[in-house]
Amino acid sequence: MAIWLTENSKIIVQGMTGGEGTKHTRRMLASGAKVVGGVNARKAGTTHEGLPVFGTVKEAMEKTGADVSVVFVPPAFTKDAVKEAIDAEIPLCVVITEGVPVHDSTEFWAYAVEKGNKTRIIGPNCPGIASPGASNAGIIPADITTAGRIGLVSKSGTLTYQLMYELRDFGFSTAVGIGGDPVIGTTHIDALQAFQDDPDTDAIVMIGEIGGDAEERAAAYVEQHITKPVVAYVAGFTAPEGKTMGHAGAIVSGSAGTAQAKKEALEKVGVRVGKTPSETARLMREIMQAR
Amino acid sequence: MDLFEHQAKELFADYGIPVPRGIVAHTVEEVRAAAEQLTGRVVVKAQVKTGGRGKAGGVKVADDAADAVTKAEAILGMDIKGHTVHKVLVEEASAIAEEYYFSFLLDRANRTFLAICSASGGMDIEEVAHTTPEKVAKVPVSALTGVDRAKGREIAQAGGLPEKALDGAAELIEKLWCCFVDEDATLVEVNPMILSADGQVKALDGKVTLDDNAGFRQADHEALADKAAEDPLEAKAKEKDLNYVKLDGNVGIIGNGAGLVMSTLDVVAYAGEEFPGKPSPANFLDIGGGASAEVMAAGLEIILSDPSVKSIFVNVFGGITACDAVANGIVSAFKLLESRGEAVSHPLVVRLDGNNAQLGRQILADAALPRVELVDTMDEAAKRAAELAAVGA
Repeated sequence: MAIWLTENSKIIVQGMTGGEGTKHTRRMLASGAKVVGGVNARKAGTTHEGLPVFGTVKEAMEKTGADVSVVFVPPAFTKDAVKEAIDAEIPLCVVITEGVPVHDSTEFWAYAVEKGNKTRIIGPNCPGIASPGASNAGIIPADITTAGRIGLVSKSGTLTYQLMYELRDFGFSTAVGIGGDPVIGTTHIDALQAFQDDPDTDAIVMIGEIGGDAEERAAAYVEQHITKPVVAYVAGFTAPEGKTMGHAGAIVSGSAGTAQAKKEALEKVGVRVGKTPSETARLMREIMQAR
Repeated sequence: MDLFEHQAKELFADYGIPVPRGIVAHTVEEVRAAAEQLTGRVVVKAQVKTGGRGKAGGVKVADDAADAVTKAEAILGMDIKGHTVHKVLVEEASAIAEEYYFSFLLDRANRTFLAICSASGGMDIEEVAHTTPEKVAKVPVSALTGVDRAKGREIAQAGGLPEKALDGAAELIEKLWCCFVDEDATLVEVNPMILSADGQVKALDGKVTLDDNAGFRQADHEALADKAAEDPLEAKAKEKDLNYVKLDGNVGIIGNGAGLVMSTLDVVAYAGEEFPGKPSPANFLDIGGGASAEVMAAGLEIILSDPSVKSIFVNVFGGITACDAVANGIVSAFKLLESRGEAVSHPLVVRLDGNNAQLGRQILADAALPRVELVDTMDEAAKRAAELAAVGA
């Protein structure tokens, strides 16, 4: 078992015919994920990478039974692509695209809420979601590790890979990259609750970074609702104020959004926070070995 | 990107928002000319991208052109929270009856927009929000429905604005919403928004932050960038499409992925505490998932042109791009720079992990590049890079 993405998930790719879409469709297929088609209104009716291309998400779902969409379209078209996925009521929409204007992500989030949150959105600006050994929706390398009982939720792609690698001998139930943008569809809290409810996850790694207060809110949530052990890592202790550090959302504004404040909030509720990725992995290792 | 007050007001004026007449001046001569061109008393306002200008003495009222010159002499060149004043806005003084506060901003936590309005505006709004939060109305605004005149009036009422200011405020708020949306802003703030003695609601100050991700559909925004204030290395990196931030230390950093690079900065700073002079990161540089030879060369070039750099740490986790490709990128980058007569002369510590790490390490070992050291773990590599910077310092 895993959260949100299982071996039965049927994946379509919005923007499959583009450069990134093509490359990652191949990778997902090679990893064994069930990619069943793509969406591109201008190339509907053709095939690409041996898969059918549909005109709309709705049509792709009707013809293939797809329940997951991965979005690789450029930033200018991402809002419409996500709204289309929401209209089609696909259960999961993973938005990989980096550089989406925040007015667009705020709008498609409001749209998802108005439509009753029937579509779970992950991202934008994220590496996607991987349930090792079962399925892979996005760009997380499929061969870092195998299925196991650790759950991971992270704002950062490469730190996700790093932790999966350091803990590869234990394996993961699911790793979710929620993205580094200011407005994202799935939060740390959503993932924490899903891992709490997943019988096949024993412990959770949570990776945060500077900017906003998502980690502080996650800490409050852990205190109230999460009984499984949580280990955390926060990046950006030495980031200067007022500078965007690569991710659009990674910015310390005045005294708000600092790594120190996040660490303190997490430690206050009993979450162990690693000083470095390897120390974080060591903390999780101790928990898993004690089981 | 944050705008200067005068840029924010020019933007406001484009949307029909009433702002005082004003002229930007860089020298006292320009201040004199501006004051003579304007009518009546003027306000000389320091143009810096930080708050608290008034309290720092960066905003002064002048009776005439000669007085404006005197005031400008004191303000031009002054330091406000680390920002040097290079220009002032000379503006016609307004007869203020009342001062309010208004802003639209992105509410990250609730994933919506927020209007903030208060009848208690002016310099002490932070204090008001802290001690009497009930005087500051926070009204969520949906990206789907937005703000029209009626909604603007509702927000102004929630902020406790008096009846006589409601029509003017509603109109200003509606126009400001158009500005916020059409310009892809993440913040538009008017503090104070005033009711003038003659009953007009005006924006007496302006603060705007624009979304850098919207650059592709906001062609005009590039011209608003403060090129003079940009770090020369950051400007050079931007030209090459590199994600680079200049920092104060002496260990050059190259990594892939924003989170991993931020983490690398932390690990290097911790490691540096143990060495003389406490070496710390000289920069943030994310070469992205691709990490091609060209990008690696461009990154190394930027870092090598930073005179404070004593050692370089390349920290890569091979994900989509395997480590052998990254290693080949480093080897090609060295050759490329050498052929340009810019051979790498600094010690370089490389840590490769993940996909094909062994192969990547082998490629680097075989290439036997001068002053390149391979270290297995991120923590050890950070320590070595810090040590080398301490020695080279």
